[in-house]
Order: sequence, then structure tokens, then C-alpha cells
Amino acid sequence: MYEILLRDDLVPQIHLFKLNAPNVARKAQAGQFVIIRIDEQGERIPLTIADWNRDEGSVSVVFMEVGTTTHRLALLKAGDSIANFIGPLGLPTHIEEFGTVACVAGGFAVATIFPIARTMRKAGNRVISIMGARTKNLIFWEEELGNTSDQLIVTTDDGSYGRKGLVTEPLKELLEAGSIDRVIAIGPSIMMKFAAKTTEPFGVKTIVSLNPIMVDGTGMCGCCRVSVDGQTRFTCVDGPDFDGHEVDWDLLLARQKIYLDEEKSSFEEWQHKCGRCSK
Amino acid sequence: MAKLDLNRVSMPRQDPKLRAKNFNEVALGYSAEQAKAEASRCIQCPKRPCVGGCPVDIDIPGFITAIRDDNMPEAVRILKDKNSLPGICGRVCPQETQCEVTCTLDKKGAPIAIGRLERYVADWERAHAESVNPSVIHPKPTGAKVAVVGSGPAGLTAAADLAKLGHNVTLFEALHVAGGVLMYGIPEFRLPKEIVQAEVDYVISLGVGLKLDTVVGKTVSVDELLNNGFQAVFLGPGAGAPMFLNIPGENLNGIYSANEFLTRVNLMKAYRFPEYDTPVKVGRKVGVVGGGNVAMDAARCALRLGAEEVYIIYRRSEVEMPARREEVENAKEEGIQFRLLTNPKQFIGNDQNWVTGMECYEMELGEPDDSGRRRPIAIPGSEYIIEVDTAVAALGTRPNPIIPQSTEGLETSKWGTVIVDEVSGQTRKAKVWAGGDIVTGAATVISAMGAGKRAAADIDEYLRG
Repeated sequence: MYEILLRDDLVPQIHLFKLNAPNVARKAQAGQFVIIRIDEQGERIPLTIADWNRDEGSVSVVFMEVGTTTHRLALLKAGDSIANFIGPLGLPTHIEEFGTVACVAGGFAVATIFPIARTMRKAGNRVISIMGARTKNLIFWEEELGNTSDQLIVTTDDGSYGRKGLVTEPLKELLEAGSIDRVIAIGPSIMMKFAAKTTEPFGVKTIVSLNPIMVDGTGMCGCCRVSVDGQTRFTCVDGPDFDGHEVDWDLLLARQKIYLDEEKSSFEEWQHKCGRCSK
Repeated sequence: MAKLDLNRVSMPRQDPKLRAKNFNEVALGYSAEQAKAEASRCIQCPKRPCVGGCPVDIDIPGFITAIRDDNMPEAVRILKDKNSLPGICGRVCPQETQCEVTCTLDKKGAPIAIGRLERYVADWERAHAESVNPSVIHPKPTGAKVAVVGSGPAGLTAAADLAKLGHNVTLFEALHVAGGVLMYGIPEFRLPKEIVQAEVDYVISLGVGLKLDTVVGKTVSVDELLNNGFQAVFLGPGAGAPMFLNIPGENLNGIYSANEFLTRVNLMKAYRFPEYDTPVKVGRKVGVVGGGNVAMDAARCALRLGAEEVYIIYRRSEVEMPARREEVENAKEEGIQFRLLTNPKQFIGNDQNWVTGMECYEMELGEPDDSGRRRPIAIPGSEYIIEVDTAVAALGTRPNPIIPQSTEGLETSKWGTVIVDEVSGQTRKAKVWAGGDIVTGAATVISAMGAGKRAAADIDEYLRG
């Protein structure tokens, strides 16, 4: 069992759990993920590692309430435990001194980009971060990301905070100014797709962190297969980072919808069973 | 001498119509009378060829005698002396190509049903756990620490044997339960998980430490194990990486590797969705590509999950099928349709990226290839479409690259298998042994157990210097 040491409700429906997982903390690197399972009936889902503390033996993950598993997870509090926490999995983000790196985060992926921005900066890069959210009250870690970046740009879709618009707009301006050597873009697949489309004409290498459905997370099942540069790759062992210009985005988006019906029926069943026990 | 009894006692099975709708075990096992009758057929021939046919050297005539003599505790003792996983082996070993094929009565067409008797002994022990005085083994501790990586058949066997020899063994497993392919791969109706769990528990009861959720190569490396007090490491991680057909359309929605399909169903219990959170999608028409036991397992799971028509699509003819005869017969009885000499050319999908069909070639057999089986050749112009809304690729597996890639000095072949000395299981890296599918590529449970056993003996010799 893996104890939840701390729960932080970052914004409504997006939560951070810090868990006691010394073996994962010892090896965690920016860009890697874990597979978690709540209990005996639970499914295995991947969550990106948001932070770790090797001395404390803790690993933090951030998740948004979307389906059954994440809603069930959101019922847990500090002191509770989950059954399984496996990792660190996947390859770490490739870090070197590129020059100026744009770290672009959509939605709650700000938690994923945070350790990458920090490591990029430590490696001697000038880091410009762009974080985008739908609206003001979904913004979190502005200060944290700001502190690990040389420059921070915040956007909201509705203009309620920061700059109005999508993350791709300031990204395009930075590229036009010619000052970006590498882009890391992480967020919902559709956001990553358009970030990659934005950078493509400028020929700036753009790394994305893919989030397909997974089961084991160790290369055994092939559920997370994606097409990159025409080759089938397994996100869990060959990724999760890939060159965004080579990813077959339509395939990824389609494969993420395989279980839409089951996700819906499972969630309805769960809501019915627990009678909105959550709140 | 008594007259030869050539009436092999058959084992009761669930009715095909009934069992095609449930996940309960198909084969029901012998009754005490049936076991005794079958055991009494053994002529106890002096050459004991069956023992030579067993990869783990079980004293087969010995435990058969004990069954005949109503001495079941003795039968258990003899069996478990060499085999820590008898309930598993009694169900999934291909006895017909190992011990039973060498049986003297095989020449008369009625070999002793050794596998069924093995299963009977294992099941008897589980049912009589309280009345059997367990032969608690307290070997003298050697103080040596051994890491066993992977808790499938090879790892469980190596761990049990090393623990019985007094070594301090820790078993590392990547998944959330121990058992490897016995848990995630082989379905409940062929190998109930309760039985796997009971045999895993037995291995743990020998003093073996179990570390789940530990992906060696990621959570901890082989070198870290060696640098942190383990004097030897046995690698038995299996051949976990699925192979696909590499044909167009293979990434369409609704197309699974057999590993994924079976993992969802067996390990994650998707057949009990939504009570269990993991779903699996089975349509009306399911095409399973392949001719091995895994293909049969996937097809029979699909049927039990409600598919109306399930096809086995295999490029050679039935004679060349690598699946056990018994499993092919079971599948046929349940209504699985065999489309032999048929090979997919491409998958066809709709605008939502869902598979709708499989375009196949009709095949013919040419000259024998490297495997000794006649090579299947596509007949030009023979393409036709089989409608499917779910497909499973059961084409075999390759070694998972995580351990070889993360372990310096471990040499691998061009197929990614770890190179070892065939007898001892020693790899090219000092203090590291390997066995099972990581060495051979996908093979059988019992051959992996044999490799685990041989490596354990060699590790023991090494540790005792």
C-alpha cells in the first residue's frame, strides 16, 4: 500500500497527491510516469510524475476528475492509501543545453511541465514557459512555474486572466522572433497537436508527451501504441516523449476514444452505487 | 502379470454449451475412484521413460504408486519434491509431448494420463490442507542473498528451489500480483487464479520475500541489486512484448494484441466489468489471428464475453497448429470457427477508426521452412474480406527490452533473447543467470520451470563455492 502523505486541491476537480513511494522517488526523472491502481477492483492508469523528494521518499502526482478512477481517487484524503504505485516508467525527457527552450503547458499539464522546466533550466537553458487554462479559476502553480522559468506567459481561453487566447498564439510570436531552439508542449492531445502544427513551419524540434490509454505500462500489452514517423511505437517504453512533428495525431485521438461507452457506463454505475457520496 | 488395461480414464468436463457462457474451469478433474483406476493402469515398467520426458525430473511412477496405494500424503511429497507448482503443471503442461509420449503404454495408444493424475494430487492437497502434515522444510540458512526477477513459472521455480536449499531469496515482480503469464495470460477457465495464488503462496511459505510493483530495469537495476547485497541474480522476466502482423490498419480501434486482450480479461477481470473498473470491448464477430494456445485462449474468452461468431484465422493447416490438441478440440466443441490456410493482408476500418473487416489471402502449403513445417504461400488473387468488429493478434511474443537495455554486460541475440550457457543458465554477465522465455522466446510453462530449476542448481553450486 502507498500512503497519501498530502492532498492539495489545486483548483476544483484538479488535485495533487503526494504519496509515500521511496523506490519510485529514488529513480524518478522529469518526464516519467507511474501506473497506479486504487484497489482490487481498480484499473491501472498512468499519471505523470509532477515532483519527487528523494530524502522524504515521496512522489507527487496531479490528476483531474474525469472518469470513474479519477473520481474515486478524489474521494481519498491524506492518510488513506492506494493499492499500487509503479514506476518510474517511460524514458525521461531528453535534457541538454539547447539554448532557449519554450515549455508550453495546457490545462493541468502545468504539473507535468514543471519538473521539465526546472531540469531544463538547471541544464543551462533559458526557459520561457507558457501556461494556458480555460478560465482564471483553473490556474494553479503560476508562481511555481514562474520561479523555474526566465519568463512566464499565462493565457486563458476566455480572457479572465492573463492573455486572452490559446497557448499557440504567444508560442507563434516567440518563434517569429526567432529566439526558440526547442519546444516542449504538454497538455490535452488536441492542444499538443496544434502546438506541433504551430512550430512545424519554423522547423523547431517540438517534444510532446503522449497520453494514450495504457494497461501495464511496461511494454507488455501494446494498448498504448501510436504511430510516429510511420512506425508503430509503444508510448510506455519508447515514450512518452516523441517528436510532435512525426506523431499521427488523428490516430492517437481516435484510439483515446476506444472505451468512451464503457467509461460512461462505468461512471454512471459508480455514481448510482455511491449516490453522490463524493461531496 | 495382469493384463494391460488400455482404457484410459477420461476426465469429466463442463458441457460445451454451458461452458461457452461462463469462465468456470472447463476440465473438472478426476474423482478419487477415477484417479485410482487410472493410476492402477501404470505397469511400473523398469525403464521409467516418463521421468526422462519430464523437464523437471518428477518421480512419476513413484507418485502414481502412492495414488494407487491410497497414500496421498506420500504422492504429494514425491510430486512437490521436484515440482513446486503441480496444480499449474497438471493443467497447462503439454504432457502429450513430454512425459506421456514416452510412456510405454503410448505404443498401445493409451499412455497413462500423467497430467490428470498430477492435477489430482495437487487438488487433493489443496482440499486437504489441514489433514496433511506439511513437510515443513527448515534448511540450514546459507546466508546468501539471491534476487529472482519475474514471478512467472521460471522465477517461481528458481525461487522455490533456492529457498529449499537455504538461500535468502527475494522475488521481484513488475505487476501488482505474482504469477506472471499464469495470472495475466492463461484464462480462468483453463487455469483458475485461485490455484495459481495457492501455489505462489506455497513458494512464499518457503521463506521467499516478494516485492510487487517493482519493474527491474526501471524501479531498480540489476547492477543496483548486485551492489546492494544480492550475490546472484536470476532473470526470468518472460517474453512480454507482443508481436503484431505489421500490415496496414493494425492500429485501428478494436484490434488487440493477445497480451492486451488477455491481460484485460484475466489480470484485470474485465469479464466482471463494471464491478471491476477495467473494460474490454468484444463485438459480434471476432477474428483471432494465430494458431497457438494463446490464440485458442483469446478466442474462447471472446466467446464467453458474448461474441456471436469467433474465428481462428491461421495461415497453415490444422496439422501445423502449435496449440495443444486438447485445446483445439475444446475450442471446436464450444463453437469456435476455424478459418485455416487463411492469412490477413490488411485490416479495413470505418471513418471512426474502428475495424470492420480483415482482408485475407487464401494460402497453400509449399516446401518445409526453417521450422520444419510446410511454408504457407499466399494464392494470388484469392483475397476476400472477413467481417469482424474485434480482432486479436495472437502471433507470439518477443523478450521485453527493459532489462537487456538497462543491464550493461548482458548479451542478447538478434531476436533480443538473453544469451546463456544452455546447461547452467549463466549469462555473459558475472553473477547473473537467466531462464524461461527471456532466453528461448515464447515457449511453455514447463520448459521455463526446467530452466529455473537448472539455474537454481547452478546458482547454489556457485554460492557454495
